[in-house]
Amino acid sequence: MSIDTQTARRVAKLARIQVEDDALPALAAEFSAILGFIEQLNEVDVEGIEPMTSVTPQRLKRREDVVTDGDQQEAVLKNAPDAREGFFAVPKVVE
Amino acid sequence: MTDLTKLTIAGARDAMRKGDTSSAEITAACLTAIDDSGALNAFVHNTPEIAQAQAAAADTRIKAGDAPDMCGIPLGIKDLFCTKGVPSQAASGILEGFKPEYESTVTTQLFDAGAVMLGKLNMDELAMGSSNETSVYGNAVNPWKVDDRELTPGGSSGGSASAVAADLCLAATGTDTGGSIRQPAAFTGITGLKPTYGRVSRWGVVAFASSLDQAGPMTKDVRDAAIMLEAMCGHDPKDSTSADLAVPNFEAALTGDIKGKVIGIPKEYRMDAMPAEIVKLWEDGTAMLKDAGAVIKDITLPHTKYALPAYYVIAPAEASSNLARYDGVRFGHRAQLAAGDGITEMYEKTRAEGFGHEVQRRVMVGTYVLSAGFYDAYYNRARRVRALIKRDFDNVFADGVDAILTPATPSAAFGLGEMTDADPIQMYLNDVFTVTVNLAGLPGIAVPTGTDASGLPLGLQLIGRPWEEADLLNVAYSLEQSAGFVAKPNKWW
Repeated sequence: MSIDTQTARRVAKLARIQVEDDALPALAAEFSAILGFIEQLNEVDVEGIEPMTSVTPQRLKRREDVVTDGDQQEAVLKNAPDAREGFFAVPKVVE
Repeated sequence: MTDLTKLTIAGARDAMRKGDTSSAEITAACLTAIDDSGALNAFVHNTPEIAQAQAAAADTRIKAGDAPDMCGIPLGIKDLFCTKGVPSQAASGILEGFKPEYESTVTTQLFDAGAVMLGKLNMDELAMGSSNETSVYGNAVNPWKVDDRELTPGGSSGGSASAVAADLCLAATGTDTGGSIRQPAAFTGITGLKPTYGRVSRWGVVAFASSLDQAGPMTKDVRDAAIMLEAMCGHDPKDSTSADLAVPNFEAALTGDIKGKVIGIPKEYRMDAMPAEIVKLWEDGTAMLKDAGAVIKDITLPHTKYALPAYYVIAPAEASSNLARYDGVRFGHRAQLAAGDGITEMYEKTRAEGFGHEVQRRVMVGTYVLSAGFYDAYYNRARRVRALIKRDFDNVFADGVDAILTPATPSAAFGLGEMTDADPIQMYLNDVFTVTVNLAGLPGIAVPTGTDASGLPLGLQLIGRPWEEADLLNVAYSLEQSAGFVAKPNKWW
């Protein structure tokens, strides 16, 4: 499958990665090569095979629905690029 | 004692108990070796103060007489593990300045057992790469050298492999999503074990592809892998995929007796154009196991060919989801914004600046295969193929095979920069023998067994039944004894 620059632009947007227009053709060519490699999977007969959800057959453990952690505001905000008054700060989201 | 940095874990353990040396002495020797190893670029954040304090505490504990095996052993820790108060960047610009407020389960367990952290080790960015050339810290370099070229130590655990091979530490932690422990181990002449998926907790390890990631030991020999694995594994309520199974004494399983064990040789791993020396290495290893009393059996794993393409759907898909957390809000890098930029521009600029090229490429491939209209054609199909790959192994083990022998890598270490202009798929082919093991969740170990014509180390891989690392380690131990690989790199750095 060949990926055009329009698709490359859309994928970059979905992935929230800024890609300059002049970099799009090279990116599209790389996607095309990788997707071409992946196309081999179409040769496999997967009729009746369920998609794998867990590689080891185990049930997820359950625990009591109780609070086990908390009161760590300072630790949680410690690595934030911009934290103010106990909150993460970001550019204006709502006009 | 002559050179303390050359000790194995077992050797250091025994010497410290006899009072022949101390953790403080071994740790000091390692710190000196690290200071002298800038050309390898293996250690990227040194923690000498932590190391000295841990070594002093370990010596007290050893004197008191009830210390665990790992007590006082100086280790390097891959940068992918979160270590409290110490930079943990996963070799990425996106985590610039990040100092976790918590400790990963693996490092917690190792430190509780008395192990000493010398520092953090170089790796491919966010564990994506096979040559340690995608790191924000620059390339890690292989201590092995046969001409003017600097060689790759492999990846993604390239710094771990380089540091252990160069005797900068006694052992190191690694992680393996498609071969990232076993391929660098093979490229540097050391032992690397990827445990069964779920054996080792993933909590506090920066996530790449959560259904494939598994941490493991990178050591100087098989005995050390057994000792260190035991300290790393066990059930962890903080990782929902961690298995609630008893942890055996892996070292006690190393009898070297493999009489009657059935070793499978998969015909699909005999690739077209496989170099003659890899073919010979594999044949020699097969003969060694046979001479030790194992039964050699030709087996078939028919879906092997589809493992790499399935991996390059599943791993990028999971990565695109896992890496959505890097948004410039809670930790790590945030781009400088222009007047009028909103939150979308902040995300897009932050991720463009913070992620390197290979990471961006994989995130976008993952985004594409998960996007509306392609999810079924790519992602679900790859998960179906993955189920078939696992079934291939299930069938072979049900037929009585105890372990499977394959080459670890398609070649010896290549030169840094030699693959720069190659198609990304050429680099992905490095993982051709290892990636099936991650897809099937099995334990696998790379053991050095020979050299190529130029004198560079080559390794073989043994693949075991799920949860039977003890048995796998014993077969690896037998292979190690027979191969007698003792070559070390000549110091040039």
